[in-house]
Amino acid sequence: MIYDVVILGGGPAGLAAAVEAKNGGAENVLILERDRELGGILNQCIHNGFGLHTFNEELTGPEYAERYIQKVKDLNIPYMLDTMVLDMHDNGDLKAIHVINEENGYMIIEAKAVILTMGCRERTSGAIGIPGYRPSGVFTAGTAQRFINMEGFMPGKEVVILGSGDIGLIMARRMTLEGAHVQAVCELMPYSNGLVRNIVQCLDDYDIPLKLSHTITFIHGKDRLEGVTVAKVDEKLKVIPGTEEYIPCDTLLLSVGLIPENEITRNAGVVMDNRTNGAIVGELRQTSMPGVFACGNVVHVHDLVDFVSEEAVLAGKGAAKFIKGELDNEITFTTTNGDGIGYVVPQQVAMKNVEDKVTFYMRVRQVFKDKVVNAYIGDQLIATKKEKKLLPAEMVNFKIAKDILAQYPAGEIRFVVEEAK
Amino acid sequence: MYDIAIIGAGIAGSYIARELTRYKLDIVLLDGENDVGNQITMANSAIVHAGFDAPASKLKGKFNAPGNIMYEKVCEDLDVPFKRCGSLVVAHNEYEMATIQELYQNGLKNGVPGLQILFKDEVHAMEPNLNEDICGALYAPTAGIVSPFELCIHAAENAVDNGVTLKMNHMVSDIKNHHGYFEIITNAGNVEAKYVINAAGLFADNIYAMVGEPYFKLLARKGHYFIFDKEAGSLVNSVIFPCPSKKGKGILVAPTVHGNLLIGPDAEPVSYKGDIATTGERLDYIKENALKNCPDLPFNKIIRSYAGLRNTPVRDTYTTTDGDFIIEESPVRGFINVAGYESPGLTSIPAVAHHVVENIVKPMIPHLEENPDYNPKVRKHLRFDEMTEEEKVEIIKEDPKYGKVICRCETITEGEIIDVIHRSAGARSVKAVKKRTRAGMGRCQGGFCSPRVVEILARELNVPLDDVMYDQQDSAYILSGHTKSVKEEA
Amino acid sequence: MKKEMTCIVCPIGCQMTIEEKADGTYEVTGNTCKRGPKYAINEMTNPTRVIPTTVVIKNAMLPRLPVKTAEPIPKGQIFDAMAVINQVVVEAPIKTGDVVIKDLLGLGIDVVATRTMDKC
Repeated sequence: MIYDVVILGGGPAGLAAAVEAKNGGAENVLILERDRELGGILNQCIHNGFGLHTFNEELTGPEYAERYIQKVKDLNIPYMLDTMVLDMHDNGDLKAIHVINEENGYMIIEAKAVILTMGCRERTSGAIGIPGYRPSGVFTAGTAQRFINMEGFMPGKEVVILGSGDIGLIMARRMTLEGAHVQAVCELMPYSNGLVRNIVQCLDDYDIPLKLSHTITFIHGKDRLEGVTVAKVDEKLKVIPGTEEYIPCDTLLLSVGLIPENEITRNAGVVMDNRTNGAIVGELRQTSMPGVFACGNVVHVHDLVDFVSEEAVLAGKGAAKFIKGELDNEITFTTTNGDGIGYVVPQQVAMKNVEDKVTFYMRVRQVFKDKVVNAYIGDQLIATKKEKKLLPAEMVNFKIAKDILAQYPAGEIRFVVEEAK
Repeated sequence: MYDIAIIGAGIAGSYIARELTRYKLDIVLLDGENDVGNQITMANSAIVHAGFDAPASKLKGKFNAPGNIMYEKVCEDLDVPFKRCGSLVVAHNEYEMATIQELYQNGLKNGVPGLQILFKDEVHAMEPNLNEDICGALYAPTAGIVSPFELCIHAAENAVDNGVTLKMNHMVSDIKNHHGYFEIITNAGNVEAKYVINAAGLFADNIYAMVGEPYFKLLARKGHYFIFDKEAGSLVNSVIFPCPSKKGKGILVAPTVHGNLLIGPDAEPVSYKGDIATTGERLDYIKENALKNCPDLPFNKIIRSYAGLRNTPVRDTYTTTDGDFIIEESPVRGFINVAGYESPGLTSIPAVAHHVVENIVKPMIPHLEENPDYNPKVRKHLRFDEMTEEEKVEIIKEDPKYGKVICRCETITEGEIIDVIHRSAGARSVKAVKKRTRAGMGRCQGGFCSPRVVEILARELNVPLDDVMYDQQDSAYILSGHTKSVKEEA
Repeated sequence: MKKEMTCIVCPIGCQMTIEEKADGTYEVTGNTCKRGPKYAINEMTNPTRVIPTTVVIKNAMLPRLPVKTAEPIPKGQIFDAMAVINQVVVEAPIKTGDVVIKDLLGLGIDVVATRTMDKC
């Protein structure tokens, strides 16, 4: 069977993209999910705080997922669970997706359009190379989250957390509620990498100290973790000798960053952006490979699922337009990150596909106070976004109206952090 | 009463056990760890050396090249990934070129085939990512890369299939010499055997001291390593050694047989034989030195750093053989030492095992009969990721569990994990599954698959989830207990 | 009484100081918008939180069911609430919104399921 749109991943991005593709006119849509149920990582994110932008209410992860799963079911969009995509090949008009599962064995599924929504994975202790032993008891925060919230097992009792990413903060509270003692959250940078709300509600509420400019310099314990040495770092992030402190613990959680999971994307030959570790995408999340779209954390790591859903709608729209032959592929603008900005998504804009505005997502490289983000084409300032505070942890959401962009024939849109005028 | 007890199920003990099953012998293989090949065998450079560096006068020089030649057959029989990728010892100047000349000459003496001295252009044509100032190299086409722990595990599996009794978690605390047989005291019961082969790695000196007057001691030296993501795996095609100096062999850069890239090791003497902790200083040293030959190393692609120990023998009486393997019947009758077994021990093992069995054991035990049932082959390991499309179609039809991917990074299926749990010398821990299948060895380092692997181990071994260990029995627990205070049974 | 707190109404995260006056009113400083004092006074007088956690579930695909308090509960009673929640065992099937505990700690607030779990 040839599908109109096949979606690789049944998490929040995949679900929203599937719904939008179907609503946009794609008849045969299929979702491929490697886990045993739809919903992706939201199923283990049982905390509240999801959906404030999308539904104007505060939902937990499973509740948020269930709303989209219900939409998928209402639209009779088929999905395959426990199904792993091995590879994707571009055969011109059709993409061949090689997948396996227990029930159907090895299948080659053909699709006119593909939406990549594989999400991201956590950076590990191996990647950051903490010196010391390599015992059990060192978990990424997400792995611990799955064990506790879904399997019902505690990874340990005395906990130290490295990294102040949101999952780490959430897990500090979660483990405390389940009876563990969280001794500290250590953050290498002088600022937190998590949302302010999470610092207050997950750490301050439970008197868990957040040690900024601190790192772990040694992991103790041959078989099971016995403790960690924590030390303060200077402005250059180098350990300050003499500040070392031994903290006995049986569990170390790491919340030190997320990396988009793009093995399939890379192998297929889609052009990547080394700033985001995701594919280079356009305003409707089209990639360099015609008919292949990408959205959600596989493109760039988001901090709020609401924005993942928002982006997935674009990709779903794009895929539907593509199969109807309505997607324009003439690139009008490219985007780039100037001073203070780490990356910008989308990296390209084809104006003919734009309805009323383009939302540019970006992250700042450091904490800025009372600054603005300015968008330039050449020397021309085209738009400004004022923010009292810009944090690397909070994605900037910069909308520029079509009318403004339409005043320029082509060019590069450059985003920079500048003094407010 | 066993005929032979082998202490230590690392590469030496496991391989010798397998070699001994050629004969009708009652053999027990003992180890204090929870899995075979869990110490030195687990953390080394994974290189099958060509054999040009050790002097011909030493056992290392004697066994290296012959061991190397046997690798194709051994790895075919034991179904172990092996690649004869060749090695280069690179020189940055005339002085180092002179050393390379010496190595070349020594290699000829050791019978190393195919050695060539390459000029600058030839080196760079072969390895375009090396430092431009490299002016020549010694090329050894017979050098290779192997998976050392898989070799050890499969040798142990084959030994058990051929009749060896494997006793893990048997920590030897004493040995009584009853003159005619030995009684080995362990924390899990005593074992009696007429002969003992001491292949206890770092602790072979302590083991020997239980029966005889110590005549050697083993110094532990720690080596640090980094493993890079497969994306960096093709940076070099062959093993790149720096030119050896008085300071030591230096930091090598090598592809791994599974497609990753490895750099290391340093050599730091340590007093505690369990000190496998990495230090920031030493890890930085590895990086700095690896860059000298390979300036484009992508350090942001590192997925793991670790340290392993090796054991350098020092003889008290025969100082001329310092630093060489100790492979001999000891002064205690019936007690054989295979000690000081460091590099090139992995490479030499097929030749060393043959030597131990044919030249040491056989003369000791009269009227040894051949084992007519000896089968040198392990049952084939089905590696899903390496199969052709047609093979994949077939295997999932045969066993649907091969259609369920557990480790996403390395594409390891549930079928493969179940298989290694139920084989002889099977996996009992998450780390043991990782060593056998690579589940958890990829870029996410088990983040996604470890909860699933725990689940599969618990189910297949019929134990509760929180009884599944990461590595060592009892002490390396993964989960501390249930959430919630209610008691729950199914 | 004087207290330091971080405002969480928006991402700015103003560092506010709140002080109770002799007449029982509050003075808030450090805020940059009028939503700050409201949050601060609420945090001072009656801080409340929604508690998301799990309960034991039988005959479901997973051994734990995610739940939450249907309304925020007083912050000081979080651990008392957990002690009650930890004793609960439910049976699949369960639907999102099903009441798992009625009137938690006499607060008039229920604990409800936050996902659907079929029997299996």
